[in-house]
Amino acid sequence: MKKLLTVAATATLVALPISAETVAPTNVAFSDGAVSGSLTGVAGNPAEGRVLMNKGSGNCIACHAVSDLNDLPFHGEIGPNLDGVGDRWSEAELRGIIANAKEMFPETMMPSFYRTTGYVRPGNAFTGKAAQGELEPLLTAQQVEDVVAYLLTLKE
Amino acid sequence: CLLVTPALAEPDEDQLVINGDLEMITEADAPDHLEYISTIYSGWRFRTDDTQAFQMDDFDNPAMLTVDKAADAYSTVEGDAGESCASCHGDVESFAGLGATMPKVDEETGKLVVMEDLINECRTERMQADAWTWSGQDMQGMVAHIGLQSRGMPVNVAIDGPAEPFWQQGKDMYYTRFGQLELSCANCHEDNYGNMIRADHLSQGQTNGFPVYRLKQAKLISRHNRFRGCIRDTRAETFAEGSDEFRALELYVQSRGNGLSVETPAVRQ
Ligand code: HEC
Ligand code: HEC
Ligand code: HEC
Repeated sequence: MKKLLTVAATATLVALPISAETVAPTNVAFSDGAVSGSLTGVAGNPAEGRVLMNKGSGNCIACHAVSDLNDLPFHGEIGPNLDGVGDRWSEAELRGIIANAKEMFPETMMPSFYRTTGYVRPGNAFTGKAAQGELEPLLTAQQVEDVVAYLLTLKE
Repeated sequence: CLLVTPALAEPDEDQLVINGDLEMITEADAPDHLEYISTIYSGWRFRTDDTQAFQMDDFDNPAMLTVDKAADAYSTVEGDAGESCASCHGDVESFAGLGATMPKVDEETGKLVVMEDLINECRTERMQADAWTWSGQDMQGMVAHIGLQSRGMPVNVAIDGPAEPFWQQGKDMYYTRFGQLELSCANCHEDNYGNMIRADHLSQGQTNGFPVYRLKQAKLISRHNRFRGCIRDTRAETFAEGSDEFRALELYVQSRGNGLSVETPAVRQ
């Protein structure tokens, strides 16, 4: 089943090479935890991705240390240090890890940044109140691409 | 794969002695019911030396101002019945030991009750005074005033018999990954205590020091307020202070600290 979905997604991208369509959070095709095609068809911007590592919904350094971000204070110790992560993982694997790390690492503490269903008592951001209507993913499709592009710059 | 499990950083080695003579148990063998950790630590052990110092002498402990106000309230007549706490209970020392065994199941109603419930029941039923709001400083000051009478005693809440179903409910909550961030209490306070999460040094999330005085908020914080905040921070719909869910969670979390000294009122950053 997973294989089939991958093929379908790839086919869509091939069919729409120019005005590529954004893959919805519920349509992302994982294969062994990786997502092969771009979620938007627009190349990620590593500079934007670098910003998302800190601020916004990413806040990756709450859990990860990254030497390249040493200008920012307080890096977390929950997940592995991300130095050299661009050597350890392929673009497709990194996209999968950001979109939904639970596909690559079952039960991991890392949040799923491009997933909108299956949560227990989802809230309306950090208000403590119940979410209204459909959830927004933590990162937009383009933001996922931006973060992936940034991570690919982290080479030893 | 190449993943490195972060080494579990231990708490510091400092000893908590209050007012130069009251030795507190800030580290103990985990109670038998804990499956995944072998040693329990007070949250005090994870704080910086500066924050720790506030709790080592009652003259430096900013919570004591609120406790003093509660001591005044304790002997002040309020409500239509013309009573004060003191007129029925005498010296507050008569409550020694109670704080170490709360929450407990009320024998008559079969309900799980916490200290705030006992206080408000006396206020409304016996004094005919208004109920205090859960996290108000009147209420938390009185919870701390009564809890202080057990300071130094090991936490020893019952988890069996009539408490068992509530305890189980609280345990289920503790391991539920709430919210859009899908984080359980255990993710932060069991799997990662000792680690930094951004600027915060994670403790085991013990409740033996509650109500705690939070320097950042400059007031006493109730257990339920802390739970509320921790669940809200997972991008979840949280539970209400004074809800039955939080009573159950309080019992379970407090039982994880069975063996640590009651530190009420502790001081945190
Ligand atoms: C709440 C904690 C948390 C947050 C927030 C978080 N991660 Fe992670 N991350 C982890 C953990 C834990 C792992 C280790 C995987 C496992 O559980 O086995 C991990 C693994 C990874 C890996 C694989 C690392 C390696 O060296 O093999 C990458 C890449 C990664 N995270 C990137 C990110 C990015 C980018 C963000 C933000 C958009 C982020 N993480 C946010 C906890 C987190
Ligand atoms: C008119 C009498 C009366 C007044 C006034 C009163 N109480 Fe009580 N209180 C009782 C009785 C009776 C009980 C139940 C029997 C018992 O456990 O002592 C009780 C129980 C309690 C308990 C639970 C004791 C236990 O071991 O379970 C606490 C705590 C308490 N009261 C605190 C207070 C406080 C604080 C005030 C004032 C805000 C107060 N009471 C005012 C009569 C009173
Ligand atoms: C995303 C991480 C995270 C999650 C999930 C979380 N907490 Fe916390 N909690 C913290 C941080 C950070 C602090 C402040 C530092 C400390 O004492 O650990 C804290 C503090 C506490 C404290 C105060 C400890 C003290 O000694 O003052 C308690 C109690 C607590 N948490 C209980 C819980 C419970 C119960 C849950 C689940 C319902 C929970 N936490 C979920 C991060 C978390």
